[in-house]
Amino acid sequence: MTTAPATGRPDPGPGPRDPAEFAAADPGAAADLATARILHHTLHGEARGVVVDSPPGAGKSTLVVRAARELAAAGRPLMVIAQTNAQVDDLVLRLAAKDPELGVGRLHSSEAEPYDRALDALPAVRTSAKAGDLAGLDVVLSTAAKWAHVRTEEPWGHAIVDEAYQMRSDALLAVAGLFERALFVGDPGQLDPFAVVGSEQWAGLAYDPSASAVSTLLAHNPELPQLRLPVSWRLPASAAPLVSRAFYPFTPFTSGTGPGARGLDFAVASDGSGPDRVIDEAAGSGWGLLELPAARTPRTDPEAVDSLARVVARLLEREGRARSETAEEPVPLTAARIAVGTAHRDQAAAVRAALDRLGVRGVTVDTANRLQGREYEVTVVLHPLSGRPDATAFHLETGRLCVLASRHRQACIVVCRAGVPELLDAHPSTEPVQLGVSVKFPDGWEANQAVLAELGGHRVAWRPG
Amino acid sequence: MSLLTDLARLEAVHSGRAQPAATVLHRHLSPRPLVLVPLTTAGETGAPLGALLGTDREAPRLLLVPQPRDRELRFTFLTRLADQVLPYVEEYARDAEVPEPSRARPKKAAEDGEEAEPEPELCTDAPQLIVPSRGGIEWVRLLGRSMRFRRTAEQDPESSHPAPPHVPLLGRWFTHYAERSRVPGSSLLLAMTDLLSRHWATGQSSLEDQHLGALLAWIDARPDDPGGRGGAEAALHAETARDARGQLYCPPAGPATDPAFDNRLLAPAIEAYDRARGAYAAAGDGTAADRALGQVSAAEREIGALVESVTRPAWEAVWRGVDLLRTLPPAAHTEERWIRDRWSFTAHRDRLAAGEPPQPRRDDAVTAARKLATREREQARLEAQEALDDPLAMAVRRLSGEAFAGEVTEVLPAWSEGKRPSPRPLVTIRTEDRPYLAEGIKAYRSLDGKQQTAEFVRYEAESVPSERKSAGDAETSVRDEKESVRDEKESVRDEETVEGADGAWDGAGSGSGERAAVAVEAQLAAEGAYSVVLRITDRMGRAREPAPGSVPEKGDRVCFTLFAHEQRGGGRLPEPEDTPWTHGGPPGADAPAEAPDPLTGEDLL
Repeated sequence: MTTAPATGRPDPGPGPRDPAEFAAADPGAAADLATARILHHTLHGEARGVVVDSPPGAGKSTLVVRAARELAAAGRPLMVIAQTNAQVDDLVLRLAAKDPELGVGRLHSSEAEPYDRALDALPAVRTSAKAGDLAGLDVVLSTAAKWAHVRTEEPWGHAIVDEAYQMRSDALLAVAGLFERALFVGDPGQLDPFAVVGSEQWAGLAYDPSASAVSTLLAHNPELPQLRLPVSWRLPASAAPLVSRAFYPFTPFTSGTGPGARGLDFAVASDGSGPDRVIDEAAGSGWGLLELPAARTPRTDPEAVDSLARVVARLLEREGRARSETAEEPVPLTAARIAVGTAHRDQAAAVRAALDRLGVRGVTVDTANRLQGREYEVTVVLHPLSGRPDATAFHLETGRLCVLASRHRQACIVVCRAGVPELLDAHPSTEPVQLGVSVKFPDGWEANQAVLAELGGHRVAWRPG
Repeated sequence: MSLLTDLARLEAVHSGRAQPAATVLHRHLSPRPLVLVPLTTAGETGAPLGALLGTDREAPRLLLVPQPRDRELRFTFLTRLADQVLPYVEEYARDAEVPEPSRARPKKAAEDGEEAEPEPELCTDAPQLIVPSRGGIEWVRLLGRSMRFRRTAEQDPESSHPAPPHVPLLGRWFTHYAERSRVPGSSLLLAMTDLLSRHWATGQSSLEDQHLGALLAWIDARPDDPGGRGGAEAALHAETARDARGQLYCPPAGPATDPAFDNRLLAPAIEAYDRARGAYAAAGDGTAADRALGQVSAAEREIGALVESVTRPAWEAVWRGVDLLRTLPPAAHTEERWIRDRWSFTAHRDRLAAGEPPQPRRDDAVTAARKLATREREQARLEAQEALDDPLAMAVRRLSGEAFAGEVTEVLPAWSEGKRPSPRPLVTIRTEDRPYLAEGIKAYRSLDGKQQTAEFVRYEAESVPSERKSAGDAETSVRDEKESVRDEKESVRDEETVEGADGAWDGAGSGSGERAAVAVEAQLAAEGAYSVVLRITDRMGRAREPAPGSVPEKGDRVCFTLFAHEQRGGGRLPEPEDTPWTHGGPPGADAPAEAPDPLTGEDLL
């Protein structure tokens, strides 16, 4: 995940102090200073690249939009590289919302429905499948996969690479010839990129094609400034300390909101069932663990799936309202503001079917991979190790748990079979050590322990029946 | 591991013998493979002990290093190995033809790692190496690595220990074969355990399947014959049974040897050989020398007999495996993949002929990325092709929601909008599979060997007799419904019936479309059949009416997959000399041409 930050950085940019030092005391000022420094390095720095680490919900997209506008204002031709079409469309919409005059190009694939139709309504946005059609626009955005097909004589002066930690090194290799300098932005705590075939033969090489783009970039260019955003605006005060401690031990961050700034309450009182009790626990503390009796189950554990669906159904039936700093009045907790996260696709499909049986519609149900970068008021999570007989590298992966535990603004409810601590004790990490590969901290085993220790304090035991 | 493989393994345990995991042969099997059973010296990974090899199962050639730590003897072994392997390889390298256009290498499909140049010639066949287990592939890789940088006396007259001619060449071929074996679906270098466990499911773990003897014991088990043993018992016998001398009846298939063999038989024989050589060196006169030489030969024969005794069972086992595999009809797409192997072989032949240097120790950034891209593409291609070739493989995908099969119940002609409307017919398919369909998901089917694309439109609610729709009766209702489905097709959109039957959906949605969706989901939940509407989007010709046979007809059995059958090439990578700054810039500026490995004290005995 995160590695210890490099020392001996050149020119720190504006401000006398490290913003992380006073983030807890004055999150707004610390975040502003961090952003100012990042922009200073990007616009005026000497280095060819700037790397920005962003914890969950720290305003990464806001930063990308602001950097894009400032680079465009400085007259630097800019390309933006994101990883998925949805991310590209989202950035285009945000850019257009901030600056409707800005000339934006959306480079897309030649398939049917290649981009969000909402883009067609934006007057300053031009879309095309050919990079040549978009020449001369202030900003051109596309996916890494599409950029890899672009050839140009005249490289762009600047690039912004979004979700750079989820980009594979070989994808960066294919596009790096298109730009001279770049701002790399991403969350080191989320899921690492992966290859569907073995890539051990390159492990330890600086340019291992299956590694993340940032690890290759920094291995070859260790002098690049590495900055970070120190404040999570998404995670509530109840969640930021745990997520920071468990997943970002060397680069701590704080919540932008204080204790009590957010809260959930329900119009309908608890009926005393397990789902209602865990909802009340999570509403009060930000975390809830609905613990089912220990059992070894198939991946689509019917009882766990049913419990997840019931928790979601009760969240809606009890007419929850979410209080936060963004609105004067509490906002109704609707289906669109709730997400269910799982480790596997078949689990997600089973939960969707269970929700349908309960007549619940409009709730996002997806795997950790697909929930990356998204935000909800309440998340309900099927613990990756629930009911398993073993703890494989996939299920222990730090990024998977981190994504699942850091999508919420209010509360996160985990549904899990009892016995996971014992399972973890029986399966210590035994990944082979590869020479030349930097060891990542924390490992999944340790992160799982940290999260379980916290969840243990918010446990509601329940036997579905 | 898929659910279906798990089931096959359970059935193997239950029945006492391995179960078929494939209905066709998914790898190319040469009519004349070179089988190689290698052995390594215990504790000396780089020191071969011997090998049994050949293309004639009745007449294997035994090669031996009587004292594995002796560099001269090792070179003798490698020379003999080259003398056996290279003629076999070169036989295939001679025969080349300009391929027919259909066989021509697709322009973008580079073979593993290398940029594809338009290649006029393709070898008509390629040599195939079969080793007993994955350890054998590692042995080939390691030997390739140790030989390819060696210099012969001709290349480097100064060398104190020049390599015999042909040895570096064999190293380059071994390296190529071992590297190619990392490409999914390739068949130049195969391990028999991989081949057999792809085509049969045993009642043991996949780790245990890497013991060739145990794997074959499961496949050959005849528990129902009089006196026949079950697979588990036979496998245990293969793994552990020993004779009176404490030796395994079924020795490991190499390259590792059994410690009991090393300690009790091999070590004393090598000591005897060393003593005889010492006596020969110390012999004072011709008679004594002759006698000592006779003892050296006798000791060498003794070691040879020992090595043959432990490689011969593996040799027989590999050929037994070849027999078993030949009972399966070849899968349709293996030929296409074998052509890629032939391109790979031909390209390496041409690199050798062009005098290019040996493969570097480490890939540069661009080569590594190209190899990874090739292998990922080949992996996807292999999975798709195996599913298309083999109903059992397709069943695995159908069970995991990645494909579905069913009967076409309705075809509605439709056209795209625009100046020149193209056909976009709507096809309704009734299926009992559970594909992970959602809006915008594409589905593919094979049409005359080409991929035809469709997109998911919606689920179609089946008419379900209302009195049977209560949850408890769901299963029976589905069974009955199969017969009556066509008659009741007309009442498909009668959501009121469905909703009225189950109050649980009251208030689930106000629109009738939403209620239809709820009804379908209820059917999904009830494990029944339901209908999927797809819109076919390509391969129907240029005319306004679809070309004959290009659209499925009512009553057809069709199988659609959610994975593409053909793999698109990824983006272009730069040339190695254009490696960007993010990846360390162009290689080679500071690294001179690869030098041979320096000699160390351990190289010499």
